[in-house]
Parts: sequence; C-alpha cells; structure tokens
Amino acid sequence: MTPISRGFRGRRDASADPSRVPPGQYVTGDFPVLSAGPTPHTQLADWSFAIQGEVDEPKTWTWDEFRALPSENLTTDIHCVTKWSKLDTVWTGASVDTLLDGVDTSAEYVTAWSDGGYTTNLPLEDLTGGRAWVAFAYDDEPLDPEHGGPARLLVPHLYFWKSAKWVRGLELKLEDEPGFWETYGYHNYGDPWREQRYWGD
Amino acid sequence: MARAALLGRLTWQLANVVELVEETARVRSIVLDPPAWPGHRAGQHVDVRLTAEDGYQAQRSYSIASAPEDGYLMLTVERLEDGEVSPYLADELRPGDELELRGPVGGYFVWEESLGGPLLLVAGGSGVVPLRAMLCHHHAVESIVPVRLLYSARSLEEVVYRDELMRMAAADQIDIRFTLTREQPEGWQGYGRRIDRELLDEVSWPPGEHPLVYVCGPTGFVEATANALVELGHEPARIRTERFGPTGG
Repeated sequence: MTPISRGFRGRRDASADPSRVPPGQYVTGDFPVLSAGPTPHTQLADWSFAIQGEVDEPKTWTWDEFRALPSENLTTDIHCVTKWSKLDTVWTGASVDTLLDGVDTSAEYVTAWSDGGYTTNLPLEDLTGGRAWVAFAYDDEPLDPEHGGPARLLVPHLYFWKSAKWVRGLELKLEDEPGFWETYGYHNYGDPWREQRYWGD
Repeated sequence: MARAALLGRLTWQLANVVELVEETARVRSIVLDPPAWPGHRAGQHVDVRLTAEDGYQAQRSYSIASAPEDGYLMLTVERLEDGEVSPYLADELRPGDELELRGPVGGYFVWEESLGGPLLLVAGGSGVVPLRAMLCHHHAVESIVPVRLLYSARSLEEVVYRDELMRMAAADQIDIRFTLTREQPEGWQGYGRRIDRELLDEVSWPPGEHPLVYVCGPTGFVEATANALVELGHEPARIRTERFGPTGG
C-alpha cells in the first residue's frame, strides 16, 4: 500500500488533461534545459547530417540541402525523465521517413549521434512511420542552441533524452548498443506511459 | 545474484526523517535513514514521491548532499515559491515523518578519486548541493587531487553550508572562492559580481592542466559558465554540467 505523506495535498493542474500526462509527470509551461556538458555552437557552414552504418550507400546533407527537404509542422506533447511534461509544443522538421527514403537496410537499431559526443539508441521502427523528425524550428523560430539547435531529433513518444540535441547523424545497426544516458542507468527504451525511467523499470 | 539485485529495479522505500537543518531562509537539509540504501556516488540524485490522501502523487528529483561515506542520506532542498513538492519538503516535513524515495540515480555528474583532477567545482545558488557531496567525499577518502570551489550566491545569507564551507576553507582543506552578486558585507574580500570569463580565468586552473570541471546551478548560470570555460580553451569533454530550470519545484 502506498504510504500517505502527512499534510501533502498536492497541486493538481485542472487545466491539464490527465489522459495526456504520463505517470509520475507534471505539466510545466516552461521549457527547462538539461544537458550533460557545454552547449556546442556549430556553424551552419560546418553542419551536415548523415545516414550511415548498415546501409548500401551512406547519405549526407549540407544545411542547405537538409533545409530544402520537405518539412512538416507538428504539435505534440513532450515528456522529460526529470518529471516535467510540456503539452502542445510546436515544431518544424524533416520527417525521418523522408531522410530514410530510398535507404536499403537490414538494420533494426539506430544510434543517433550529436555534436559534443552525445549518443542515444532507439529501435529503427520507433523512428519511422511518421513518429520521428529532425527538427530545426520551435514555435516558428530557429531552434535555440540550448534546446538543441541548429537541429535536434524529435521522438515525442519516448522520454525526451531520446530526442538527441545537436543531432548530426543516424548510425543504422544490426545490434542494439546503449547510448550515453542508457549507459548511465537510464532505461534502454524509455516509454513514458510505462514509466521506463531507469534500468529495470 | 547479489550483483543482479543491485543492478535491478530501483525500488521505492520509506526513509525516516531523522533531522531537519535550516541552511538559509529558503533552503533546508533533510537527514534521512533509508532502510535499504544501496550506497551512492558523490553527485548522484534521488527521486522523491509524495502521496496525498486521495492517492494523488507527485515526484521530483533532488541531488544528494551527503558523501557516500556518511552514515546517513542527506538531501538539501530549496523552496520554490510556486513549487508543488519543495514547499512541502521545506515547510511541512517534520522529524519522525517518512519520506518515500528511490535511488541513487544518474552516473555522469559524479566525481570519484579515479577520475582525478585537478578538480574545479562551480556552484550557482543551491547548485552547490551535489558539489558538497563531492567535497565531503574528497575529504573522506583523503584525496590528494587538488580541488577548488567557486561559489556564486546573491548574498552571504544565501550561501548554503556557509559555516561548514568556511571551516573547510580555514582548515586549508580546500580552496574556496565566493562571489556575492547582489549584496556584499562590509569589508568583503571576495568577488562581488556574476561569474564571467575574466573571473573564471583567475580562479580556474589553466586549460593546459586539463582540469575536470563540474558546474551546477540554474540554467542561465550553467550556460554562461560552461560557454565561458570553452571560450577560455577548456575541453568541452572535461566540463560536466547539471542544470535546473525555472521549474522543478
């Protein structure tokens, strides 16, 4: 039985639809920043994006080429493992389906890698089918470096550490390999609706 | 099997509140006695969960303030006026209450002897909490790694662990530099401005000595400090950060 915290009443957010808030999360209007190190500041002229690894032919885009791809606007909820959720966030980005168009692979896993050395791992199927983007704008403004600009991965159905900031490429893999936080005790998959925060959850 | 159990699920446990220490007007330490604490490393945090009578729950993460060698677990919590959990912990909780928690969590913002140094710790406000665990751990293991703490607070009254840090500094255990950004007492010998590039250049070891740096504080503070360190030539991979946002309460 869950023990009652004497004198705790809590502050339920009446404006938030409970069906949109995963267990253990609270809704915030802010956009907190969490990163393990300094924010990289990559110049757009030096930026590129790569699809590589277990593919017939690696693909790369310069910033201009990437921005010339079809992009989508989407409004979605995001959930950070540190307990905050933010509802109805507005993003613009290229769908990962677009980036993978024409790529022939037998890979089932992906490691997203970023400026600054950050990595995170995901099953390939979580990045396809209109569920993941490489986003370059937030609220119709270029994405702030603090929030992962010039571009970040956006995989809103998983905890937000899977949405790698400063993403520069996707490495397609036959075997799953834990990324940065996944090595430091965080869950390998990270489904907020099953509260998969840490190893063993 | 024992190892498997240790690496298994972090389960919730009820810790007895042994003692409460008022650190500043807005910050309080909670001394806890968890029944099955697996041990932790300096810099890690725990998840705390509160449950109301109708079953409503709220969870937050808090840095651990105590060293692994201490015989108890200590959290230090700053009351955020519009917060949900921190006002309860800072005002309502009493000795003898039980607090539900699980941990330890996090493995990157951690210092231990094997990581070496020289060690530069940079704290903004209550961001000093996990750095205090590192300092106490450093002392407990009698580390010879050179360590320096740069601590930015608004005023002397808002310096968390003030007496303890002053004692450490007086005993030459560690080199502590304070900067008080809003209000300095008369005759103040320390810095009196926000941390900037020039101040970091004066306080930190030269980039050539490859210091290992831990920065913890509000987002804007950490962002400015980490950027300035990189501009001064410090290796980004040697700078570990922990940011807390305007919410989190």
